[in-house]
Amino acid sequence: MNKLNIDANLDDPDGFYAQLLALHEPLDEAASHALNAKLVLILANHIGNREVITQAFDLAFKSTPRSSHTF
Amino acid sequence: MPLNSQSELLYPYRRSPDQDRALSAPARKPVIIVGAGPIGLTVAIDLALKGIPVVILDEAEGIGVGSRAICFSRRTLEILSRLGCGDQMLEKGVQWNTGRVFRKDRQIYEFNLSPEQGFKHPAFINLQQYYMEGYLAARVQELAARGATLDLRGGNKVTALECFDDYVSLEITTPDGPYTIEADWLIACDGPRSTIRSLMQLDFKGRVFEDNFLIADVVMKADFPTERWFWFDPPFNPGQSALLHKQPDNVWRIDFQLGWDIDREAVIRPENVIPRIEAMLGPDVTFELEWVSVYTFQCCSMQRYRHNRVLFAGDSAHQVSPFGARGANGGVQDADNLAWKLALVIAGKAPAALLDSYDSERRQGADENILNSTRATDFITPKSPISRLFRDAVLDLVEQAPFARPLVNSGRLSVPAIYDESPLNGADDPSLPTATRPGAPLVDLPLPDALGSWLLKRAGGRFQLLVIDHDIPAKEPQGDTFEVSGIDIAIVRLSTTNAPLARPRYLGNAASAVYLIRPDQHVAARWTSYNRSAITAALHTAIATVSEPLSEPA
Ligand SMILES: Cc1cc2nc3c(=O)[nH]c(=O)nc-3n(C[C@H](O)[C@H](O)[C@H](O)COP(=O)(O)OP(=O)(O)OC[C@H]3O[C@@H](n4cnc5c(N)ncnc54)[C@H](O)[C@@H]3O)c2cc1C
Repeated sequence: MNKLNIDANLDDPDGFYAQLLALHEPLDEAASHALNAKLVLILANHIGNREVITQAFDLAFKSTPRSSHTF
Repeated sequence: MPLNSQSELLYPYRRSPDQDRALSAPARKPVIIVGAGPIGLTVAIDLALKGIPVVILDEAEGIGVGSRAICFSRRTLEILSRLGCGDQMLEKGVQWNTGRVFRKDRQIYEFNLSPEQGFKHPAFINLQQYYMEGYLAARVQELAARGATLDLRGGNKVTALECFDDYVSLEITTPDGPYTIEADWLIACDGPRSTIRSLMQLDFKGRVFEDNFLIADVVMKADFPTERWFWFDPPFNPGQSALLHKQPDNVWRIDFQLGWDIDREAVIRPENVIPRIEAMLGPDVTFELEWVSVYTFQCCSMQRYRHNRVLFAGDSAHQVSPFGARGANGGVQDADNLAWKLALVIAGKAPAALLDSYDSERRQGADENILNSTRATDFITPKSPISRLFRDAVLDLVEQAPFARPLVNSGRLSVPAIYDESPLNGADDPSLPTATRPGAPLVDLPLPDALGSWLLKRAGGRFQLLVIDHDIPAKEPQGDTFEVSGIDIAIVRLSTTNAPLARPRYLGNAASAVYLIRPDQHVAARWTSYNRSAITAALHTAIATVSEPLSEPA
């Protein structure tokens, strides 16, 4: 399985999303960034497959403008 | 800043007869090496052992002082053993296995360089660079006293050079005034600010890390353990890193990361250095400063290490930040790689094109060293807020999640390059173990005393054929050496009965193996049985000579 699964794969999408936001709720922005960084590391290690991770990196990168400022 | 100078004039300026020659008839030497640092001295010894006359020029008159290399790798020890200085290094050097990593005031993990059995040399020793240079300089003088044409000239500064198709002309400044000397081959080992490189207007490109490090060598009587301690964000150097590492003679290397915007003059004043160190070591530890300096590190390389008759080796060709101890260790591998090739070219046994493989093999080595030391520096000195965020995330996770440990990078210690893409590599039999594939340095092996006690004591200095659990066919030469195209190949016979580790390291599941070994102890080609014409072809490949078409008897 060297292909990133980009189809819906979570049982309870609304529940997952709410859980993620709730996790960040008590944190200020800097702490939220730190938490996200740890999530990336923890999940990447769990996946443990560089090909899959690379596809995830690509998808995330391509869907993100170089600068978040819009004019 | 010298606080306790170690300098001795090991090679004081002496007038050479070459200085008395008419301007129109300068002396011409087969090889001139510029720079008697660790790399220049290593190449000089290797060439001298191969019978090549060498002149070494250095503007200084003795070994350098100050805080420079302290960690020397197994590969360096193996190479220096071949050249006759390994035992001194090993005897004087400090061996260490345990490393501890701290964050703030807590240990977050420790590691052990678990000594792998069956090697003559440890993975690493710690030793001041001035000892290494001292042993090498003494070896040069010993070989010269025994008749080698090895002429180490202190107080000789190269100030100009002119390159011709088949030689190089150098202008030297001495206390007695200038003279001119010519060389068929010039080896530039004149360090990171290489005069030769600037005179030839060659690029040295890379990255400067925007950070300063205070490097102090202190003498303490305290009984600190012989370990490597690394701190992220310690209370005594908040927001920065620090390192404590043992050297012989009760000397300890201390590195303090300082950040970018600092007053470089002020930080090295004893009244500023001493409180810092006291805060690190605690109030009860008495110490003396041996040497203190501030460094900014960079990772740079030349684009090519061979420019016709001029060859660059060591820091003149490439420079790395010291995290991972790859500067001198990488440069010693340059020397090891270059000497046999140049010796064969000078002897007319190999084409000058063999020297292009020096460039490609050692640029690969330098690229690996630069990659590793850049990554370590990026971890220690995060270059942006986001890289600091990830660095701190790793450190936050380390104590609870073992997966984060291998992500912590306070320097990946030097390992030898494996020249996988080398044009000199010949046949490979993939059923043999990957660690000893063509391009790789030999892996050491204990041997019975009668066979020389260690494989790496037997190997090197010439081409060899390592024949394991195999009988050379009766119709083939059976002696201890045979010749191919004017090059002697010495046969080393081993069996898994008297050298059992040959099984995992050289045979794997194969019943027998035959390895062609280069003079720098790297594998050139390998097979599971002896085939004379295959060996001949591989030797030609290994010396960059186009082989005659194989006329294999059917
Ligand atoms: C703080 C620090 C820590 C380090 N730690 C390690 C470590 O642990 N392990 C490791 O492997 N490496 C380490 N290094 C790197 C190591 O010190 C260098 O890689 C090594 O000294 C390079 O040797 P070299 O012979 O190429 O050059 P150098 O040692 O710089 O020698 C160059 C020589 O050329 C001479 N010279 C220069 N110009 C001229 C001229 N025009 N004419 C005549 N002579 C000239 C100089 O006098 C000098 O003797 C460290 C470096 C630093 C700064």
